[in-house]
Amino acid sequence: MRAVITVIGKDTTGIIAAVSNVLKEREINILDINQSVLSDMFVMVMLVDITSSKVDFASLQGELTTLGDNMGLKILAMHEDIFNTMHRI
Amino acid sequence: MINSFDILETIKMIEEEHLDIRTVTMGISLRDCAGSDINRVADKVYDKITKTAEKLVPTAEQISVEYGIPIVNKRVSVTPISMLADAVESEDITILAKALDRAADTLGINFIGGYGALVHKGMTKGDTALINSLPEALSETERVCSFVNVATTRAGINMDAVKTLGELVCKMAYLTRDRESVACAKFVAFANSTEDNPFMAGAFHGVGEGEAVINVGVSGPGVVHKAIKRAGDCNLTDLAEVIKRTAFKITRAGQLVAKTAAERLGIPFGIVDLSLAPTPAIGDSVAHIIEEMGLSSVGSHGTTAALAMLNDAVKKGGVMASPHVGGLSGAFIPVSEDAGMIEAARKGLLSFDKLEAMTAVCSVGLDMIAVPGDTPPEVISAIIADEISIGVVNNKTTAVRVIPAYGKGVGDSVSYGGLLGEAPIMPISTCSPLKLISRGGRIPAPIHSQKN
Repeated sequence: MRAVITVIGKDTTGIIAAVSNVLKEREINILDINQSVLSDMFVMVMLVDITSSKVDFASLQGELTTLGDNMGLKILAMHEDIFNTMHRI
Repeated sequence: MINSFDILETIKMIEEEHLDIRTVTMGISLRDCAGSDINRVADKVYDKITKTAEKLVPTAEQISVEYGIPIVNKRVSVTPISMLADAVESEDITILAKALDRAADTLGINFIGGYGALVHKGMTKGDTALINSLPEALSETERVCSFVNVATTRAGINMDAVKTLGELVCKMAYLTRDRESVACAKFVAFANSTEDNPFMAGAFHGVGEGEAVINVGVSGPGVVHKAIKRAGDCNLTDLAEVIKRTAFKITRAGQLVAKTAAERLGIPFGIVDLSLAPTPAIGDSVAHIIEEMGLSSVGSHGTTAALAMLNDAVKKGGVMASPHVGGLSGAFIPVSEDAGMIEAARKGLLSFDKLEAMTAVCSVGLDMIAVPGDTPPEVISAIIADEISIGVVNNKTTAVRVIPAYGKGVGDSVSYGGLLGEAPIMPISTCSPLKLISRGGRIPAPIHSQKN
C-alpha cells in the first residue's frame, strides 16, 4: 500500500529529517517528495510505500501526529487512493 | 506523484469544510426469516442482522482511518417488516421492532431502518398490523426507523393510509411527550420511495434487492458552500460548473469508500447516494449554500430557483463519479438538522409553505419540521397529502417527517441534540381539511403515469 504523508506548518529546521527518521525506523520507503515554502508556511508532500512497515497504519498515523504536535506541525498520513480518486478521472 | 495542490485541496475539504461520508448502510434481506411464530421470527431477524453486519462497524472504521475521511454513520436497512408481519399469527408485532433495536445495539449502529410498509394501493394483514404498531414500536425503541410508502406515480395516493398516518403521527408525539415527541423524528411517509436509499429515517432494503448490499451516502454542504464563496461574483452558468466539479470530487470519495467497503465485507456494492446532507454543525448547511448563491436569507423569493439549480448541478457532477447512483440523490432540506434553516425559521424568514415549494425541486420533502402540538390529525394527514401529491405528479420521491411537538406551540422549539438537531415550532394554516381527509379512498394516478 502507498500512502501520502502531508506536513503543513511554520517552517523550521529539521522537518524533513524528523519525518524521514520516523519512516526509516519503521522501514517505510520514501518514493517521492515535494516541498514548498510560501510566506513561512511549510508544505511537504511525501509519497511512501508502507508495504514493509513494522507498524500498522493507525499506529503510524498516531506517531506522526505526536511528532507533529511536538514540532508545531500538522502531519497527516492517508492512503493515496483518496487523492487519485478525487482528482483523476 | 499527485499534484500537491490537489492533495491540499482534499485535506482542506476534510479538515475545514466538513467533507465526510455520511453513511455506509448495509441492506439486508429478511425474507428468509418469515414464519408464523413471532418469537421465532424475532430471533431469526436478530441473528441474521447481527451475523450479516457483524463486521460493518469495524470495517468502516478501518476504511475511515486509511483514507483519512470521516464515516459518520454506519447503519443497516432491512426488508420492509410488514412482509414478515404477513406470515405471523400474532396481531401485535412490536416484538419485531424490539428485535431490530437489540440488533442495532449489538452492532453499535445508531439507526436501523425498514420497520415499514408499502401500501400505495392497499394494505395486507401484515401492513395493517405494522402500521397499527407504529406508535408503540417507535416509542418503545431507540434506534428503529420507520417508513410507510403511501403513493406512487403509477398507483396514485392511498388516502385511507394517509388518514390513518395523521392519527398515528399524533399518537407517536403523545407517547414520546417526555422526549420532545421524538418518535415522529423516526418516521417518514413517502411517495415513490426508493429501494436503495441509505439515509434514515426512510432507508429500507427493497424487494428487488439481493441478499445484502452496501449503499453509501455522501455529504459535503460545507465543501460546496466554500467553493461557491471562492467563485466570487461569477454568473450562474459558471456557478453551476463550480458546483458540478465540487460534487464530482465529493462523490468520487463516496464511490471509493463504497467500493472498498463492499470488497472487504464481501457484499455487493449497490449505489452511491449523491445527497447533500446537512448537519446542525456550523459550516455544514444547505441553507448557507443557498444564501451564498445570493440571497439574504433562505426562504426569500429566489430560494426555489437557487435550490433547483443547486440540486441539478449536484446530480450532474455526481453521476459522472459513480457507476451506480441511486437512493434519494439531491439536496436535503431538513429544518432541525441545518443551522441555516434553524436560524431562518426562528427569525420567521422561512415559512412552512416555502419549504413545501422547495421540496418540488429537491430531494426529499418536508423534513424534520416541528409544528404546534395541538395540530389535529386531519391537518397532519393533509400536510402528508399535499407533499405526497408533489411527488406523485412530478414523478419523484417526496417524504414527510413532521413533529407535532406535544404540549408546545409557536415560539417554542424541540431539541434532540446530535444529528437530529433542534427545530423551532413553525406556524401552519389552522383552516380545516377535515372533510377532504375524511372522504378516504384513493386519488387516481396522474395521466402522465400512463407511459406504456
